[in-house]
Amino acid sequence: MSLLINLALSFALLSILAVGGGTAVLPEMQSLLAHQFGIDHTQFVHIYSFGQLAPGPNMLMVLVIGYQLAGLIGAGIVLLSFFLPSSILCFYIGRLWNRFGESPWRRAIQNALEPISIGLMASGVYAVGKASIVSEITATLALVSFYLILRTKINPVWVILGSGGFGALLMTYLK
Amino acid sequence: MTLSTNISVAKLNPPKLSDLFLQFLMIGAISFGGGIMAYERILLVEKRKWLSSDEFMAYLAISQTMPGLNSVNMAVLSGDHLRGALGAFISTIGLILPGSLFVLGMGILYASASDHPLANFILIGIAAAASGLLAAITYRIGEDNWRHLKSLLIIVATFLLMSIAKLSLPFVLLIMAPVTIFLYRPRKSA
Repeated sequence: MSLLINLALSFALLSILAVGGGTAVLPEMQSLLAHQFGIDHTQFVHIYSFGQLAPGPNMLMVLVIGYQLAGLIGAGIVLLSFFLPSSILCFYIGRLWNRFGESPWRRAIQNALEPISIGLMASGVYAVGKASIVSEITATLALVSFYLILRTKINPVWVILGSGGFGALLMTYLK
Repeated sequence: MTLSTNISVAKLNPPKLSDLFLQFLMIGAISFGGGIMAYERILLVEKRKWLSSDEFMAYLAISQTMPGLNSVNMAVLSGDHLRGALGAFISTIGLILPGSLFVLGMGILYASASDHPLANFILIGIAAAASGLLAAITYRIGEDNWRHLKSLLIIVATFLLMSIAKLSLPFVLLIMAPVTIFLYRPRKSA
């Protein structure tokens, strides 16, 4: 029982700290899980890559952490505590934002937040790239994917799956 | 003043809750490897025209500055915009349901089987493509911001503070937001 409460409190805290999306909170999550719940670095990296493979938000991988620690109830607790606090906050901020109506200052704030958001996204690209581009093969796969998604109408699902299959083939035979 | 012209399109003819649920469920089921924001933009702005591209940018900015996952926040905000609190709830559940089941399935497999070298290679290839995908989406969502010197400098400064100086996110916002809002402050002449 105390494990479940501890899980709920930890992930609720991470939820509120996750400003600018999930990647910002990953280092925090990793050390918290290692110290309080005994999930080591390799386990964490494995679980993290599940998020890349699954559809939907990558951070849904937190469910696997909950499952590993406390079964299906653990997964449910983690889901609620990681998604509910930030969603409720966002809901009310969104309503507050709309209530301001169309004022010059609202417009100014919106225009100002746009490039900041894009800068944060660029930092996300950098973080993911640094963790995933580790060789010539992975660099090539990333560049080809970038080109295909930007210049063609191929569904990204196929690009991702193709890169997984083709990458595995290359890494198996080019060693 | 020009931006309020097409705001009420979705308000006059709001989508059914079941439609809202299904559309977000579909995004939740096909958005492999991230890039959900791009799917959401295609659904909300291009396919159904539930939001104007300006409204989308406003919600994107809130999604990214508020805590929580950007794509989930976008589902909350656009769901609320279209069908109120229930719409926000329905959109969010639709978005995270397929991935939750998928990830749980993998977790159950992971708990029972040891890791396989081929599976490891596949995961490495998937992660590489995911970073290419994320870069393409960032480039596309940036639109005009890449072409103007002022916004480009802000993008670069935010990136440097975050990724190179490695400041924590609240600090980056504390530095960048006041400076940038000052740069974009309303002018009397406009």
